[in-house]
Amino acid sequence: MGKTLAEKILSLKSHSEARAGDVVIADVDLAFVQDTTGPLTIRQFKESGFKALAKPQQAIIFLDHAAPSPARQISNDHILLRRFAEETGCRIYEVGEGICHELVVENFANPGDVIIGADSHTVTAGALGALATGMGSSDVAVALALGKTWFRVPESLLIELSGVLPRGVYVKDLILYLIGQIGADGATYKALEFGGKALAQITMSQRLTIANMAVEAGAKVGLFPSDRITRDFLKEHGRGDKYKPLSPDGGANYERVIPVNLDQLEPMLSLPHAVDSVRPAAQVKGVKIQQAFIGTCTNGRVEDLAVAAEILKGKKRHPGTRLLIAPASRQVLIQAMDEGYVRALIEAGAAILPPGCAACLGLHQGVLGDGEVCVSTANRNFKGRMGNPESMIYLASPATAAASAIKGEITDPREVM
Amino acid sequence: MSDLVLKGRAVKLGDNISTDDIISGRFAHLRSNLPELAKHVLEDTAPEFASRVRALSAAGAGIAIFVAGKNLGLGSSREHAPVVIKMSGIGAILAKSAARIFFRNAINQGLPVLLCDTDKIGDGDKLEINVTGGKISNLMSGVTLSCSKMPPIMSAILKEGGLIPYIQKHKDFVITG
Ligand code: SF4
Repeated sequence: MGKTLAEKILSLKSHSEARAGDVVIADVDLAFVQDTTGPLTIRQFKESGFKALAKPQQAIIFLDHAAPSPARQISNDHILLRRFAEETGCRIYEVGEGICHELVVENFANPGDVIIGADSHTVTAGALGALATGMGSSDVAVALALGKTWFRVPESLLIELSGVLPRGVYVKDLILYLIGQIGADGATYKALEFGGKALAQITMSQRLTIANMAVEAGAKVGLFPSDRITRDFLKEHGRGDKYKPLSPDGGANYERVIPVNLDQLEPMLSLPHAVDSVRPAAQVKGVKIQQAFIGTCTNGRVEDLAVAAEILKGKKRHPGTRLLIAPASRQVLIQAMDEGYVRALIEAGAAILPPGCAACLGLHQGVLGDGEVCVSTANRNFKGRMGNPESMIYLASPATAAASAIKGEITDPREVM
Repeated sequence: MSDLVLKGRAVKLGDNISTDDIISGRFAHLRSNLPELAKHVLEDTAPEFASRVRALSAAGAGIAIFVAGKNLGLGSSREHAPVVIKMSGIGAILAKSAARIFFRNAINQGLPVLLCDTDKIGDGDKLEINVTGGKISNLMSGVTLSCSKMPPIMSAILKEGGLIPYIQKHKDFVITG
């Protein structure tokens, strides 16, 4: 019987015939932590009696979540992390270099890899055909030491994409729509695998947005096949030799096939305080906003800033709305400057934050006030997510966020394009 | 070997309790000070949770059992979520369903999570949980609930009291059954 992508990768990495439901031990190609999960990982690593990393060059610490540090305790955690990197020889990405998931994708992830990170959005690298998933600190501590971990091989749902996105509609709208359909637990313990004719038109940046949010449906991973677009991306990033084609077998066993026709989609928002509470922009427009935030591992790439800059160019943000922009990485920021997007955004009234998680998790750089409303391109709108349980977060595409910043209220981007 | 049996009372909350609900990201500066962090458990969502768990523990009627609805622990990978639940005095978790990272993290912390139909459990109910056999008896209503089975490797980790003690003992992952 044919295999799904998840079964194929886990078979390869566990040197066994991995089938959905099996428990396997798989080699880990890359294991990483960030600055809010790393300190616990390090303590657990030491408590276990480990001294050395299995693969120091495939172990990474990212200082991205609270970077630059907003508090003394976090600054001390950063010291702990830097010391661990010195002691063990693992890699470390400093403050301002970017978000862990973006840097993993730019520099490390390859088709067929097993990647684990102490961060739930590790699933992002599934866009490159890597079995990438988030785990807790203990699991990552052990994987850092042993170079392997255990997996229950997931059942897969196939999302079959057809058609073309209409003007003003983006893949963020697609993934919000899908999560609205299947629910925040619709893929729990399972893999989401994306396929269908439309794939050939979906860029790597767009695939990353989609894979990133797989975990918001509970999925273990959001997997894309490795194809021409993967090959071109790897080439551009100096890893052309790491390309290998990877697709599910014909006759693979999918628990469910969900067809989505892109032609039918419209701009969508996820309403506070649940990611799967999804409505078309047409039903939500008019809600006043005090902040628009464009960035994060979901939508902080050059393509996203380009969409926002296009809409905001020559216009001004609404005087009652702050506009915060955080590029996902230094590379993204440089390219967005070269293309003139940064200038357009600043002239429209944006505040540019350093590459990193910025306002996404409510620690710094954009904490909301009581009763305030934010339109964000992030992936989560849980109560209190942006630092204040008395605030409201609507999730949307960069286009919807940019359009809303201009009008000072939730706006269908097609009205300003 | 004898079964692991726990007795105690239910502290019941609802569906979709995220890891941000359990311990908000805004307390990340306290993550290297777990006793301080634990003071903020479920602070925004169920501010009475911590004091109720304390009262139950003080009453000496067995353990406090956190009973939730569906999709418990959705969201972030922060292992601090099960850590602060455990530190608050909870001895076991029952839920209709749990997000996968949270589930795995709780087991790795040696905190039993069993999945069953928690609609059949009321707040304050007296429960007897057979963790090994995956059975729950509601001593108030007399109803018995069966739980979905976890993979043997998880049971083995739980039996050792969590992943770190498991690895200290076995030095590696051992797949059995
Ligand atoms: S950008 Fe937000 S969702 Fe992404 S890793 Fe950072 S905090 Fe997490």
